Amino acid sequence: MTVTAKARPVRLPGGMSLRIERRALAVGGLLVLAAFVMAVLLIGTGDFDIAPWDVVQTLLGNGTPADDFIVNDLRLPRVLVALLVGAALGMAGAVFQSVTRNPLGSPDLLGFSYGSAVGALVVIILLNGSATEVAAGALLGGLLAGAAVYLLAYKQGIHGYRLVLVGIGASAMLVAVIQYLITKAQLVEASRAMVWLTGSLAGRDWAQVWPLLLTCAVLFPLVLGQSRALRMIEMGDDAAYAVGVRVERTRMLLMLAAILLTTAASAAAGPISFVALAAPQLARRLTRSPGANLLTAALMGSVVLLLSDWASQRAFGADQLPVGVVTGLVGGVYLLWLLVTERKAGRI
Amino acid sequence: MNLRSAQVQRLTAENVTLGYDQRVIAENLSVEIPDNSFTVIVGPNACGKSTLLRALSRMLKPSEGRVLLDGQAIGSMPAKKVARTLGLLPQSSIAPDGITVADLVSRGRYPHQGLLRQWSPEDERIVNESMASTGVAELADRAVDELSGGQRQRVWIAMALAQQTPLLLLDEPTTYLDIQHQIDVLDLCAELHETQGRTLVAVLHDLNHAARYATHLIAMRGGKVIAEGPPQEVVTAELVEKVFGLRCQVIDDPETGTPLVIPAARRPRAQAPAEAGARKGGSA
Repeated sequence: MTVTAKARPVRLPGGMSLRIERRALAVGGLLVLAAFVMAVLLIGTGDFDIAPWDVVQTLLGNGTPADDFIVNDLRLPRVLVALLVGAALGMAGAVFQSVTRNPLGSPDLLGFSYGSAVGALVVIILLNGSATEVAAGALLGGLLAGAAVYLLAYKQGIHGYRLVLVGIGASAMLVAVIQYLITKAQLVEASRAMVWLTGSLAGRDWAQVWPLLLTCAVLFPLVLGQSRALRMIEMGDDAAYAVGVRVERTRMLLMLAAILLTTAASAAAGPISFVALAAPQLARRLTRSPGANLLTAALMGSVVLLLSDWASQRAFGADQLPVGVVTGLVGGVYLLWLLVTERKAGRI
Repeated sequence: MNLRSAQVQRLTAENVTLGYDQRVIAENLSVEIPDNSFTVIVGPNACGKSTLLRALSRMLKPSEGRVLLDGQAIGSMPAKKVARTLGLLPQSSIAPDGITVADLVSRGRYPHQGLLRQWSPEDERIVNESMASTGVAELADRAVDELSGGQRQRVWIAMALAQQTPLLLLDEPTTYLDIQHQIDVLDLCAELHETQGRTLVAVLHDLNHAARYATHLIAMRGGKVIAEGPPQEVVTAELVEKVFGLRCQVIDDPETGTPLVIPAARRPRAQAPAEAGARKGGSA
């Protein structure tokens, strides 16, 4: 029947049923495969190359002691950070773009990432703190910026356009603060700050993996649980109320989760740009399905970040070019393209 | 009207004060929606008719008083439970990019579904029925953005029908539509009311449409109900002048026999006061 042309209902015992879109499922499967392949390639890449098959063997615990050290202690945590940061940014971006009903409504442009940057820079430059303290500063800064933008944009509920405008204003102010902090810095701190600001995966170890994994483990199911309500909100607040969605509460919950995901990602790897902007759009074009495509966007985020990191290492050598530069370059081109097509479509 | 108050209606507003921010639009307003009626709310711009509809559909919380659905305060009921009893066609909704008609209509099943019960055979049946009864079944696989305004409004109505609510509220369902589509949508509403026995409440701009289709009319001005009852009793030249400030004649609609409002012709200003009394009044 026509209704099931795109979405196949899956019936489970006890009258339970799930609705799964075939194309989304296929795209999701391919992205998981791509992420795995990229992860194996990335683990094998570096000053000391390891063949993909050996990487898999080592991950399964059958490797030589030397490989075991390089794979499991040095490179696996870094790849896991990339995987989780990409997924967190992809999902957060999908939530924001859906809530603001605007493809530009990504945490990059709404000021949260800059909030994290200010937090991190305060710790680096003014307090001269350790890596963990920098991460904590980034987390705090991002949450404060998120709360401020949310409250400033709140007027009888949150409206997408206002949120984007307030976010852009907040971004401009926070960038000024960043510039000010850098001029105040000594040379060593300033260079440390610049490295943090580009966003990098270099030297990430298990200490970054665990908090990030915990955040994702809690927030992903929470966000995915709201995905059906989020689809309703896309039709407008009134239509969503009409079908029984508590619009304001759902939106606040989702935005809080997305801000937490963004800041957790920033805390682990710095403000890696454009993944949150591009991943949801790419996911949507692949699935051709309206709506937020939350899970696909998360998987796409992982693949984009792994691919960028691999490309930067292949092209420039291990840890020569921070991954944030690559995502920035690719993403900048993508943003321009997006702006041009949006303008042609008459939406801006 | 007194007879009706004896029995309790499913949807009522009790002494509600409505407004946005500090601006009060209606004070101490009480309204009962007769069960199984096609109630139409009319009134000039800013009379509070849409505001009343928003309050009845729990989108606007009254600052005082309460809206009761089946004897319970609507604001304290679980959102999905309300959505299974009371549907709403908002004035403007956004069809997500590229969504098909069938997909959009099936979203109306949301209040009947859960995380683990996302699509039952019953959902499928009701979605197909809703598309059939609004005449959009053959458009099921088309993208909503490709449709004409009238077709699109039918699709949104189909989505509201798929919600399977005994009560359905429509906020200016004919706005922005061509005249033939306006009549088309109103005919559809009348059909839903007659054949499916649903209670319909609509806000309409056009008084003649209201008089033709409503079984119960509520006329508002300045946040107050000026008159209510069957259109034959309510729509008189006096009332139209009182509510809309419009001099007119009311005649029988040659098609349906319902009241038809004919605005008075423009006359030279000097003559207006003297003749005003003579021109007023009509056959209702």
